Amino acid sequence: MQPKDLEEPLRMKLSLTKVVNGCRLGKIKNLGKTGDRTMDIPGCLLYTKTGSAPHLTHHMLHKIHGVPAMAQLTLSSLAEHHEVLAEYKEGVGKFIGMPESLLYCSLHDPVSPCPAGYVTNKSVSVWGVGGRVEMTASKFMAIQQALQPDWFQCLSDGEATCDETTSIKRARKSVDRSLLFLDNCLKLQEESEVLQRSMIIGVIEGGDVMEERLRSARETAKRPVGGFLLDGFQGTPATLETRLHLLSSVTAELPEHKPRLICGVSQPDEVLECIERGVDLFESFFPYQATERGCALTFSFDYQPNPEETLLQQNGTQEEVKYVDQTKKSKTTSCNQEMTSFEINLKEKKYQEDFDPLVRGCPCYCCKNHTRAYIHHLLVTNELLAGVLLMMHNFEHYFGFFQAIREALKSDRLAQLKELIHRQAS
Amino acid sequence: MAAVASPTSLESAPRIMRLVAECSRSRARAGELRLPHGPVATPVFMPVGTQATMKGITAEQLDALGCRICLGNTYHLGLRPGPELIQKARGLHGFMNWPHNLLTDSGGFQMVSLVSLSEVTEEGVRFRSPYDGDETLLSPERSVEIQNALGSDIIMQLDDVVSSTMTGPRVEEAMYRSIRWLDRCIAAHQRPDKQNLFAIIQGGLDADLRATCLKEMTKRDVPGFAIGGLSGGESKGQFWRMVALSTSRLPKDKPRYLMGVGHSRAFLHTLLHSDNTAALHHLTVHNIAYQLRLMSAVRTSIVEKRFPDFVRDFMGTMYGDPTLCPSWATEALASVGITLG
Repeated sequence: MQPKDLEEPLRMKLSLTKVVNGCRLGKIKNLGKTGDRTMDIPGCLLYTKTGSAPHLTHHMLHKIHGVPAMAQLTLSSLAEHHEVLAEYKEGVGKFIGMPESLLYCSLHDPVSPCPAGYVTNKSVSVWGVGGRVEMTASKFMAIQQALQPDWFQCLSDGEATCDETTSIKRARKSVDRSLLFLDNCLKLQEESEVLQRSMIIGVIEGGDVMEERLRSARETAKRPVGGFLLDGFQGTPATLETRLHLLSSVTAELPEHKPRLICGVSQPDEVLECIERGVDLFESFFPYQATERGCALTFSFDYQPNPEETLLQQNGTQEEVKYVDQTKKSKTTSCNQEMTSFEINLKEKKYQEDFDPLVRGCPCYCCKNHTRAYIHHLLVTNELLAGVLLMMHNFEHYFGFFQAIREALKSDRLAQLKELIHRQAS
Repeated sequence: MAAVASPTSLESAPRIMRLVAECSRSRARAGELRLPHGPVATPVFMPVGTQATMKGITAEQLDALGCRICLGNTYHLGLRPGPELIQKARGLHGFMNWPHNLLTDSGGFQMVSLVSLSEVTEEGVRFRSPYDGDETLLSPERSVEIQNALGSDIIMQLDDVVSSTMTGPRVEEAMYRSIRWLDRCIAAHQRPDKQNLFAIIQGGLDADLRATCLKEMTKRDVPGFAIGGLSGGESKGQFWRMVALSTSRLPKDKPRYLMGVGHSRAFLHTLLHSDNTAALHHLTVHNIAYQLRLMSAVRTSIVEKRFPDFVRDFMGTMYGDPTLCPSWATEALASVGITLG
């Protein structure tokens, strides 16, 4: 009997603990170069900008509890540096000072989607600070060779949903192109020693056309990909609503034992909707967007509060779980995103003398050391520390939310959590 | 000029400086400041946290770097968020959650340098707030009142500061006024047991004026002295001579604070081509760490009685050949008995 080839990387293994009402709870094991890392699902990836958590040095990042095992890098921020990375030779993880982290490389940055109209049959473009980087399959794979991520989104055509109404023709093209890119990239991966330890994530396209979505799912599933990225479901809250039906149909076609990622969906209520439709992994850019508008995440995910706490909250001066204040409206920031009902805006005058922490009982560095009044002051005076402290709180709060989802699934209480989140959604 | 009023002081000011070692050749000293929020080894560099924050660095990071005293700007904090709010937040220490020492300036310097519509009279500095257009007077009394509310461990007198490149009667006027304002600050100071009021020696680049100021101000029994009115564009040659004159006349058993030196104004955000502020924070941490380490190394060399050698090594590393060392530095060092090369 032939001994197992010791060079072959340990196979990543997704084991489901349970599936309830379409929600998958489980673990992905044998991850990473050494094959000994694990990830929980449902879960999220650490959002980064140019390879670093926004506003945070490594020292501060390590102070956050519950940081996900896998971080998301974007090709849009790294593509233009690929020569430097190639020369560095040791991979982007070490370069950015995160050698211990699992890394997933997406094409685009979910916060700043790039201009449409630049995908051709042969290439896809990403936009960095230096401008446009056009990539054929071979250039794309050369960049991935320099990066050496654990997972990477395959080159794909995600523009079927860019216009208001998708034409069937455009949807079909997005599927055809993406499959072609996938086959090319898989072939190039076979020829690359360095990329043997990296996993290609197949991208499901097809716009809003059911037939094309199903075709994309079935065809992509035939290829030896490590997992699937559900692309084109992002947009305004309204558009996700209409696409949820499509989403269920798509995930039904995908194999159970491979992870499903979705891009562009990060808000708590939308996350839950997607988990119910078979999605495993999400991007964590929502806490970053809140930070950029000077807001702190305050939504509750404590679906089994202790009765004393509830009483305190009801009688206290803080607003924690409350019905939406319809008059809330803040200036849009550079992210062009409106403030949600999951957060408070620390720039508001009422926080000037509020000496409570952002969220009472929150164990994060910011809440343990600082007050709303101090954050308000930092924002009003345009001090950089505001971003540091808010980012720490918002990430920790968000990761806590995902932990709550997993616990709720484990104890069959997701309906309660969902109802709680729904009550707080606008 | 009108005779200077005799200083008022309730009791002898505390000796907050403990000398640990003195260089036998130069005037370098290693010591320890005993302040309400803990001891501080000297010589020391104080990071500037203008608006109750050290730019993007957290209090914890600063503590981890070994910082035990940093600086806050009364002008900025007096405007936003204001002394009343800070008092409610348990002082500046409570507001920014900084467990170690704080030094606040008087607010005068920023006022004069940042505000276009400011006017100095015997009363104080009158100015128009850039935020709401209101006219305010910053008097010695008001400056001390604000600093009392901030609760910093070292507070500075309000001084009449003029640019070091200024000449003529204005320099003399400012020097004598600063002495009068020092007395008013001493009289107005409500918390001498908790906060140490430092005097600021003025006199510009005029040796006689500076000597007069030194003679008068050292008659007042304040816990410490600052050397002010320098680092404003004067030549290094003039600069070191005024510093040397000042240190030769200041009491040995009290701390000396050289103002405006090593004040690391944050580099501009736009210079760094990144969309992530974390790049800046890494640099800030590095810069502060460097400054603090340098001072610590200086101190150790004084304690180990090898300060002159330390200086020679440092200059050697920085400039290579001794002849490449700037002449003002060579002269300054020579004046205290340290030769290079």
